[in-house]
Parts: sequence; C-alpha cells; structure tokens
Amino acid sequence: MMPELGKYAFEVLSAYGVSLLLLAALLGLSIARDRRARADLRHAEEETRRNG
Amino acid sequence: MSLWEYANPVKFLRLSERVLPALWVFAGLCVATGLIWGFFATPDDYRQGSTVKIIFLHVPSALMAINAWFMMLVTSLIWLIRRHHVSALAAKAAAPVGAVMTVIALATGALWGQPMWGTWWAWDPRLTSFLILFLFYLGYIALWEAIEDPDTAADLTSVLCLVGSVFAVLSRYAVHFWNQGLHQGTSVPVATGARTVSDVFFIPLVICMIGFGMLFVALVLYRTGTEIRLRRTRALLARGARGA
Repeated sequence: MMPELGKYAFEVLSAYGVSLLLLAALLGLSIARDRRARADLRHAEEETRRNG
Repeated sequence: MSLWEYANPVKFLRLSERVLPALWVFAGLCVATGLIWGFFATPDDYRQGSTVKIIFLHVPSALMAINAWFMMLVTSLIWLIRRHHVSALAAKAAAPVGAVMTVIALATGALWGQPMWGTWWAWDPRLTSFLILFLFYLGYIALWEAIEDPDTAADLTSVLCLVGSVFAVLSRYAVHFWNQGLHQGTSVPVATGARTVSDVFFIPLVICMIGFGMLFVALVLYRTGTEIRLRRTRALLARGARGA
C-alpha cells in the first residue's frame, strides 16, 4: 500500500526513482566491468601458458 | 598479522572474495530495510510534509560522498608514501562510487529544496562546495583515464585528491564556516550528539546510513578486485608483447 504523499508526491517519488536508478546502474556497470576483466585475465593467462 | 599484508594483490583478492558475500547481504538488507521503513512507515513532518522521506536518501548519500573522498585521500597518501599498488587502485575504484553518491545527494537535495526553499538550486556554501566536489570526482576519473602509465596516473590523481580534500572538508563544514545560505546545519551531529531528528525518523535513517556505508565498502572491495585483475592482464599482455 502506497503511503499518502500529498502535494509532494512528484518530488518524493522522483528522489527515490532517481536514486535507485543510479545505484542500480552503478551496481550493473561494476558487475559488467568485473566480468569482462575476469574473462580478459583468463584469456591472457591461457595465452601466457601456451607461449611458455 | 599486519594490515600491510593486504597490500599484496593476491591476499587482498582472497580476503575480499571471502568477506564480499556477507557484505553484499548485510548492505542490501540495511538499505532495503531503512528505505522501506522510511518510505512506508514514517509519518509526514508537521512542516515539511512527505518530503521528509527524502532524508533517507539525501543524508546517507551526502555522508558517503564526503567519506568516499576521505577514503581516497587515505589510500592516495598510502600510495604516495609506501607505493602500494592496491591502495592506488582502491582510490581509483572508489571514485565512481563517490561520484554517484554526490549526484544522488545533489539530485535529492534539489528535489527536496524546490518545495521547501522554492528553488531547485542556490549558490549556498554547502551546495556549491558539493558541486565542486562532484567536479573534482569527474576530474579525478578523467585523469586516471587520460594517462597511460598507471604509476604516473596514480601519482597525479593522488595529488589531485589532496587538493580536492579541501572541498570535501568544505562540503562537510561549509555551514559552520559561513553562517549563511539556505542549507541547514547537520541534523545528526555525531560529535555533540545533540540531534534535531525525532526517533521516528532517526532509527530508519541510521539503518540507511549503515546500509550506504556497507554498500560503499562492498562496492569498493569489488571494484578494487576488478582493477587488480585489469592490471594483471595488462602486465601479462605487456610481458607477452616483449617476448614476441
């Protein structure tokens, strides 16, 4: 059940929406970057092993 | 066992992989509990109406925006003095997190300020110093990206971090330095304990502050691990190129 926000509903909901969106984007981008870094490192280590 | 042991990238990764699952869960629980409690279960303020619910985002993000820069200051000093790569990479990893916290603080502040002050923005000491702090975050991130040699980048960004610390201090204490402007003083003064927030708002606020703090720590540990892996990859590729 949604609380009664009265005449400030836009400001309150926007504040929560923007903040949660920014936090989700930060988390998503951090995870994507880490996955790429792990894959690149695995690849580089395999290359190094192959080339001695 | 010394703290400096974790300047070893392998030991740092081992420790962070061990503590991160618990940290994510704890941070997620605190942030979710604090925000749900604050949004759904707190009453309207007698003067500010429902806009008081913005406090559960604004205060923790502003707190972390400043603390992130201080964490970067400490790790930058460790880099400059002891040349531990992990500390420089931790500062690099923290900068985007601090920048996002600063944007959240500025955006929620504007959304709160409009109905209360009648304006989205004012050149108030605290607001202005926060905007400058955000620009320092952007400059810091850009400087890391602009310089190819990682050690030189770490040196220059550390110096930038020292300079930017002035604005981090100003963001925190601007209200006391210049007794003017729209922004009020802190509602939760840790030093004096003389808070002006009632318990009904204070308890969920503290939970949010702990949650944002833990989220920051988890993100920095996670992102530092990423930076360590990227650095190792670059080193292996460079070694391969020299050997070819």
